[in-house]
Amino acid sequence: MSTAAVEPRLKRTWGLYEVYIGKKLVMAGTGVVLVLYIIGHLLGNLQIYAGPEQMNQYAAFLHSQPGLLWTARIVLLAAVGAHIWSSFLLWRDKRRARPIGYVKKDDIPASYASRTMMWSGPIIAAFVVFHVLHLTTGDVGLGFQPPTAGPTGEAFYAYENVVNGFRYPAVSAAYIFAIALLTMHLYHGMWSMFQSVGISHPRYTPLLKSLAHVFSIAIAAGYISIPVYVMIRFGVK
Amino acid sequence: MELNSKVPDVPIEQAWDRRKFEMKLVNPANKRKYNIIVVGSGLAGASAAATLGELGYNVQCFCYQDSPRRAHSIAAQGGINAAKNYQNDGDSVFRLFYDTVKGGDFRAREYNVYRLAQLSLNIIDQCVAQGVPFAREYGGLLENRSFGGAQVSRTFYARGQTGQQLLLGAYQALQRQVAAGQVKMYARHEMLDLVVIDGRARGIVTRDLITGRIESYAADLVILATGGYGNVYYLSTNAKGCNATAIWRAYKRGALFANPCFTQIHPTCIPVTGEYQSKLTLMSESLRNDGRIWVPKRKGDTRPPDEIPEDERDYFLERKYPAFGNLVPRDVASRNAKAVCDEGRGVGPGGYGVYLDFRDAIKRLGREVIEERYGNLFDMYERITGEDPYRVPMRIYPASHYTMGGLWVDYNLMSTIPGLFVAGEANFSDHGANRLGASALMQGLADGYFILPYTVGDYLASNKLEKVDTTHPAFRSAEAEVACNIKRLLDVRGSRSVDSFHRELGKLVWDYCGMSRTAEGLKYALKKIPELREQYWREVRVPGESEEFNQSLEKAGRVADFFELAELMCLDALHRNESCGGHFREEYQTPDGEALRNDDEYCYVAAWEYRGEDNAPALHKEPLTFKYVQPAQRSYK
Amino acid sequence: MNLILHVWRQKNAKDPGRMVRYEARNISAHMSFLEMLDVVNEELIARGEEPIAFDHDCREGICGMCGFMINGVAHGPERGTTVCQLHMRHFKDGDELYIEPWRSRAFPVIKDLVVDRSAFDRIIAAGGYISVRTGSAPDANAIPVPKENAELAMDAAACIACGACVAQCPNGSAALFTGAKIAHLGLLPQGQPERDRRAVAMVVQMTKEGFGHCTNIGECEAVCPKEIKLDVIARMHRDYLHAAWTGRQKPGFREDQPAEEPMAGNRR
Ligand SMILES: Cc1cc2nc3c(=O)[nH]c(=O)nc-3n(C[C@H](O)[C@H](O)[C@H](O)COP(=O)(O)OP(=O)(O)OC[C@H]3O[C@@H](n4cnc5c(N)ncnc54)[C@H](O)[C@@H]3O)c2cc1C
Ligand code: HEM
Ligand code: HEM
Ligand code: SF4
Ligand code: F3S
Ligand code: FES
Repeated sequence: MSTAAVEPRLKRTWGLYEVYIGKKLVMAGTGVVLVLYIIGHLLGNLQIYAGPEQMNQYAAFLHSQPGLLWTARIVLLAAVGAHIWSSFLLWRDKRRARPIGYVKKDDIPASYASRTMMWSGPIIAAFVVFHVLHLTTGDVGLGFQPPTAGPTGEAFYAYENVVNGFRYPAVSAAYIFAIALLTMHLYHGMWSMFQSVGISHPRYTPLLKSLAHVFSIAIAAGYISIPVYVMIRFGVK
Repeated sequence: MELNSKVPDVPIEQAWDRRKFEMKLVNPANKRKYNIIVVGSGLAGASAAATLGELGYNVQCFCYQDSPRRAHSIAAQGGINAAKNYQNDGDSVFRLFYDTVKGGDFRAREYNVYRLAQLSLNIIDQCVAQGVPFAREYGGLLENRSFGGAQVSRTFYARGQTGQQLLLGAYQALQRQVAAGQVKMYARHEMLDLVVIDGRARGIVTRDLITGRIESYAADLVILATGGYGNVYYLSTNAKGCNATAIWRAYKRGALFANPCFTQIHPTCIPVTGEYQSKLTLMSESLRNDGRIWVPKRKGDTRPPDEIPEDERDYFLERKYPAFGNLVPRDVASRNAKAVCDEGRGVGPGGYGVYLDFRDAIKRLGREVIEERYGNLFDMYERITGEDPYRVPMRIYPASHYTMGGLWVDYNLMSTIPGLFVAGEANFSDHGANRLGASALMQGLADGYFILPYTVGDYLASNKLEKVDTTHPAFRSAEAEVACNIKRLLDVRGSRSVDSFHRELGKLVWDYCGMSRTAEGLKYALKKIPELREQYWREVRVPGESEEFNQSLEKAGRVADFFELAELMCLDALHRNESCGGHFREEYQTPDGEALRNDDEYCYVAAWEYRGEDNAPALHKEPLTFKYVQPAQRSYK
Repeated sequence: MNLILHVWRQKNAKDPGRMVRYEARNISAHMSFLEMLDVVNEELIARGEEPIAFDHDCREGICGMCGFMINGVAHGPERGTTVCQLHMRHFKDGDELYIEPWRSRAFPVIKDLVVDRSAFDRIIAAGGYISVRTGSAPDANAIPVPKENAELAMDAAACIACGACVAQCPNGSAALFTGAKIAHLGLLPQGQPERDRRAVAMVVQMTKEGFGHCTNIGECEAVCPKEIKLDVIARMHRDYLHAAWTGRQKPGFREDQPAEEPMAGNRR
């Protein structure tokens, strides 16, 4: 019978995805990629404290490696795509699972973060689009300075662009808001992904949870410090 | 009618093996041609249905709950006995047999009890293999405790949820057969009649509790495993839906009803607090291992318990039964509690309660040990009463708990209607006049897993059964009768609710056919019950319709049957001029208040035959002989 | 005390249903919640109206038959308690209570507060058992089980299939229920041979029944009357993924799983 023989791998993989646990595996896997990016990106951005040269050089360095850059972009895009698609399918299932809602429903102790994953995610995604238009392509303006040809290849003005943008309180506020949501998303997501793939232990899971909380807040602090720093140091427009 | 127990005529140790050898077998290829109806999905029903399905029969299984897993076996807390002797403390099959016969006050059939003790070994093996998480010792082997005053530790348990875990084991086996297509499960179906064709049980009539449809099911034989009738008392430890309907209809179709007055009153239940009370909750008997039972010495002493000094407390069980103390058997403990309350020394609201005090145990062992042993039970008590038993003594009172009586069956578990088998609490069982703690679970599983699968096969192989289906006129007329009964109930359109009648009936039976009985009281009850029943049929109000989900209607039908059963119970209790086990007739007691058996005249099973609405039922006797355990006066001094 | 109740009344599966306001008068603090409803029902019957239908049986918190939402919380405000064991002393005079049936696509309403939970039975039928032929078991002490495992298995086995977890979960997921059975059997040596097959079959059945998924929100754990822990869900995920990984089990549901196929053995 079918179970005795090993299933063809492709068929099996697809079968896995049909059940929510497979989708969650994708969510968690892509979640890891996204978190790694968030961390790496934060480290890159924190160079703002080292002054314009350091940061702009870093940007220039990244852009001088098109292979690396595009691989990273593609992986990231694929991860975001898969993450969003899976979450969409899960959202659809959730809608179907309770066609008639409650007149009154109390969300007992469940954390706010855990219940809001479904909309904190999309807002973050929308933010990222805005953010790329702001700082990568410059389509939103805000004093964006496109790269120029320099002596050792292109010169990048990441530092100036960030400073110019964050001097608008509204822009800073939008960033801070989005980062707050991201924090919430990670607050739940960073332990949830362990649970999703079945890593749980009566003693270590609570520890893991606290660690996820501390970590997500640390990330938030790192990111939020930047617009705050800019506004204090350079004043608002 | 000659009641032939069909016990093999060989020494008791060989009897079951001999019977298994004598039995005819059904050819494996033929098994799927047979249809078997199992009514009930408790330990007895689920285990029988699962095993028969596994053997290849076509099984249809019925229960009134929404899932077979909710049968009232789920509520059993304490444990299940088996003569494994894992504790090396001198247990053996013979000792379990001996204790059960003695515990039943010599009113059980020896050969059945012996078989039960033998099969207890297989039951534990089976359940462990199914994944029942019994308590373990650190070495990984099974743990036992002593229970209900037994002198050996032979009780296997899964925390305070033994019944639940055993039932889930059987339920899971059942669901496996459901998936395999061997068993078809009909949940939310209540059996309302038995169909007998050419003298054989050939099917049942049910009501689909969701749609209200009356339906017929035909089969080659019918197994009833519908549990006990303790709800006749209204307040009992049984689930609200437990009923006598299935066995009562079988009785009216010709099955004899044995020992209806043998009911067990459990001493440790949480007392009644008010009129509205719907249900009594059992606290495991194990509490009596460490708790001390007392009442104030003075009548009407309303001081809070901690203000009553030591020398004004009456530890009445310890005083009267120094050897067994608080661990005397259930009937003795219950009766004594009632006696002190009748004297006016009861405690709590209404004065019907006695203290079960852990103060000394906590002092001796420390709160932690007590918490470990009884934590769950203490929590449950606090949840229900709002009192903290670590500080204030618990209050307990006896409540109806188990019914030893039931349909009469022979050694093969077949009733007097050929093709009607009865298992579990629904049959008159192996417990005689009183059941030992932790042995009902054992009996239910022995019946279902290990006895019926053999005896049912034998019946099928030795009888040539005509094919019948539900178009047979007997089904039509049974359906019509059922429908007519329902219509009658709905048409009364009186003014009183079903519950109010049930409560009144229950109180009557409890007062006169409960823990202790007198000829006078029973005669009074026999006069009152028909009056109340008549009133019921004149004044009951059953709202709603029949062709819909209608819980009032369900209740109304059950209560109608309880009315008739209550009368038979009183009749049986009145005729048995002796005290034995749970049946305590005040006229028959030793000078110091012990039950006084009359073996010369009453060493028999009283089996009642229905003879129509206007005739008194006829009494048939199955004499009991005791070759292996000599009848002796029970003594717990 | 006196209370105001808003109760979901629905005549049958087809009726759209609505909330109806009732007053519960002279309620004693010692009553259980169901006894309070009994009192309301007696009054309704006296007035010639249909009583409120609700499921119940044991009334001692073990059969799993009872259950509905009280003010948006499954089984009401007390932790680790079924409604039949919830007592009125936890409420105050004048409280206004919203009483609604479990809401889930997999639990269609039958009448008022009564829902159809047969989906749970089908999940168990899909694989929530250990296959053992009656009479074929070895001696009970032949397989030692570490006490700790037996205790953990018992924790999980305590599930009463009430459905509160599904009702409370914002996603309508039955992960706690299904995980509890998978954990119970998977923790015992007897349960190992079928562990892969069981996990896949039960999870697939759960999905087919229309339950939602689990995003680890944890409301289920909070209302579970038997205090089953989220651990069991992680176990279920782990077992399922393991089964998919080893490849002996088809992890999806394009074809119906034959019910009685030979069990694939597995290590661990
Ligand atoms: C609170 C409590 C604690 C107990 N503790 C212990 C203990 O520790 N040890 C011990 O050995 N025993 C104990 N007992 C006794 C023991 O639990 C029961 O005797 C035993 O479980 C009965 O099993 P059963 O299968 O015969 O019936 P049940 O489990 O009662 O099952 C009856 C079945 O029949 C069905 N049914 C009933 N009527 C109908 C109908 N008309 N139509 C269709 N279906 C119907 C029901 O749906 C149910 O499925 C306890 C009993 C109680 C009440
Ligand atoms: C449209 C955008 C997004 C949506 C709809 C979305 C949705 C979700 C949802 C519903 C979960 C819960 C999964 C679960 O708990 O089972 C989740 C988890 C997660 N998300 Fe997102 N998300 C989005 C974007 C992001 C982004 C941009 C990041 C990273 C920066 C991210 C990181 C994570 C992580 C790490 C998890 C945990 C994985 C897991 O629980 O399995 N998400 N997301
Ligand atoms: C204070 C906060 C942040 C700062 C200062 C910042 C800064 C930048 C800058 C300067 C770039 C352009 C790099 C370049 O093109 O050279 C960039 C790109 C990007 N940022 Fe951020 N960022 C911040 C927060 C975030 C957050 C919270 C996310 C995700 C959730 C994010 C995701 C991205 C992405 C996806 C790109 C595009 C990368 C690419 O070009 O491939 N950033 N960011
Ligand atoms: S897991 Fe808890 S809430 Fe869910 S069905 Fe089981 S007992 Fe009820
Ligand atoms: S609330 Fe729901 S999302 Fe998971 S953890 Fe419980 S099933
Ligand atoms: S009625 Fe049985 S659990 Fe509530």
